[in-house]
Amino acid sequence: MDASGILFYLIGFLTMGGIYAILCLALNIQWGFGGLFNAGIAGFYAVGAYTAAIITSANAPNHVGGFDLPIVVGLVGAGLVAGLLGWAVARICVRLKSDYLAMASIGIAEIIRLAIINEAWLTNGSLGISRIPRPLEGVLSGRASEIAFVLFVWIIVAVTYLVARQLYVSPWGRVMRAIRDNEETAQSIGKDVVRFREQTFVIGAVFMGVAGAVSAHYFKFFSPEATEPLLVTFLAWVMLIAGGSGNNKGAVAGALIVWAIWSMTEILTGLLPPEWATRSAYVRMLLIGLFLQFVLQHYRAGLFPEKSPKLRV
Amino acid sequence: MMEFINFYFIPGLTLGGIYALGAVGISMIFGILRFAHFAHGDMLTVGAYAALTVVWFVGIPALGAIPIAILFTCLVALAMDRVFYKPLRALPTIYTVISSFGVALILRSAVQLIWGTDSQVYATGFQRPIVLFDSLLIATRHAQIIGATIVIAVLLHLFLTHTRTGKSMRAVSDDPQLARVAGLDPEKVVRWCWIIGASLAAIAGVFVGLDTDVHTNLGWNLLLPMFAAAILGGIGRPLGAMAGGMIIGLAEELCTYPLFGEPLLPASYKTAVAFLIMVGLLIFRPQGLFKGRLL
Repeated sequence: MDASGILFYLIGFLTMGGIYAILCLALNIQWGFGGLFNAGIAGFYAVGAYTAAIITSANAPNHVGGFDLPIVVGLVGAGLVAGLLGWAVARICVRLKSDYLAMASIGIAEIIRLAIINEAWLTNGSLGISRIPRPLEGVLSGRASEIAFVLFVWIIVAVTYLVARQLYVSPWGRVMRAIRDNEETAQSIGKDVVRFREQTFVIGAVFMGVAGAVSAHYFKFFSPEATEPLLVTFLAWVMLIAGGSGNNKGAVAGALIVWAIWSMTEILTGLLPPEWATRSAYVRMLLIGLFLQFVLQHYRAGLFPEKSPKLRV
Repeated sequence: MMEFINFYFIPGLTLGGIYALGAVGISMIFGILRFAHFAHGDMLTVGAYAALTVVWFVGIPALGAIPIAILFTCLVALAMDRVFYKPLRALPTIYTVISSFGVALILRSAVQLIWGTDSQVYATGFQRPIVLFDSLLIATRHAQIIGATIVIAVLLHLFLTHTRTGKSMRAVSDDPQLARVAGLDPEKVVRWCWIIGASLAAIAGVFVGLDTDVHTNLGWNLLLPMFAAAILGGIGRPLGAMAGGMIIGLAEELCTYPLFGEPLLPASYKTAVAFLIMVGLLIFRPQGLFKGRLL
């Protein structure tokens, strides 16, 4: 690979890494701040992606959509719809204890997946939605558009990061951490635990939807296969645990590091004999699974453990 | 009426039997180790593929391969408990839950690596259904699965109520501190919990293979209905979990019955029934039908 090849490999890496960073920050808001075990990330991601795809894609005869609206409208719409869904889920599930919340959220995500596959009038079923635009597509083409896109992704990562950081250091974030660490104490000083939990869940869901929207624009085509829970939910969890839950910088770093491992194992498994190469995806899954166990047993707080901000007295 | 029994009720009981066997392990692990075991579905997959290997190399029918499938799945379960779950046991159980997600992935990708991802069957060819009372048709495999589930339920009940190990398992599930004070060895109980859970998971896996086919997502696809069954039956109540499995299985099959000409629910949404029951239970009656524990 020549220098420009490596550069564009790097750009592709940073684009996907950035999308995962948004997801991971969103999960950090739910789990790192609020201790809410959402195992249905893929559901919110899918809803965001489909909303953006329907709003922004060009005219489509087979399903609802083709509104051909600007990408910003799509992003806002994706966040809104995912947030609304998050609100509905939070209303019914947020009181559940961690294991139960995990089961309920997976169940809801799977129902969403079934609906996406079956309701072809809305989503074009398993064929997926195509012709989803990228920003500045009319002006730039080829590699210039790749560079523009990576900037677009990282602007959104930066916005998400700033929002997450502000939330973390704000009084709201302090209450959230108090609830996470000791629910009864927080309640005893008059904090409405359920409302705060609903709020974190919704904010996280909004950004998960935005991450879905960004990836729909990146792939330009979105089908139910892209909402595979392993690639979305599971990878995001591994990233957050490895990076350090509760730490926003850790969430971004974890996303990049795990995505780097993921991408590098692709190169490594490419060197295997051909009969193994077809199974390379499974070797990678196996390695990620083992990596998670290693982190859980030896670096439980993650590479960048949470550091609570100093109290200003 | 006969159509209802032959094409909806009997398949519902079969599916229910499979859920019942899988849910026992989930309920026991939840009761004794106190965490939701998300890798349980993939233990079914391991059992199904272990039996497939025996069928390939020895050439006996899948039912005959069950003992070896059980043995293999038990070894896998004990090994994964030792390597992955035991180091986390002193910590909040949420770490073990996250770890079990990883273990699910490890088991599945290991199966995909070793056996490949194509769907396989234990035996090809058509089996003549058993005909009773002229109009009641039962596929042989359905009769085998339903019969075996009933036998296992009885054996499980006898084990839990009449053997020392079974009684100590119930004791640890009901009150771990009291059980420790009474001198019960918690590690032994944990070991038995895995052995029983893994054995029934292996049997369920082989049954899925008999009923449909063997593929690598087999267990993962059944995980949520099995959770639903375990919660419905009440966590820590293995026989309740079996009843819950039967109810979920029947609900899934019967909801497609064309009661008023149209199917009550399109068949493509069949699996959503179990998810809906589970979410509804978690919200409105998390202790299940038979007063299980609440974690």
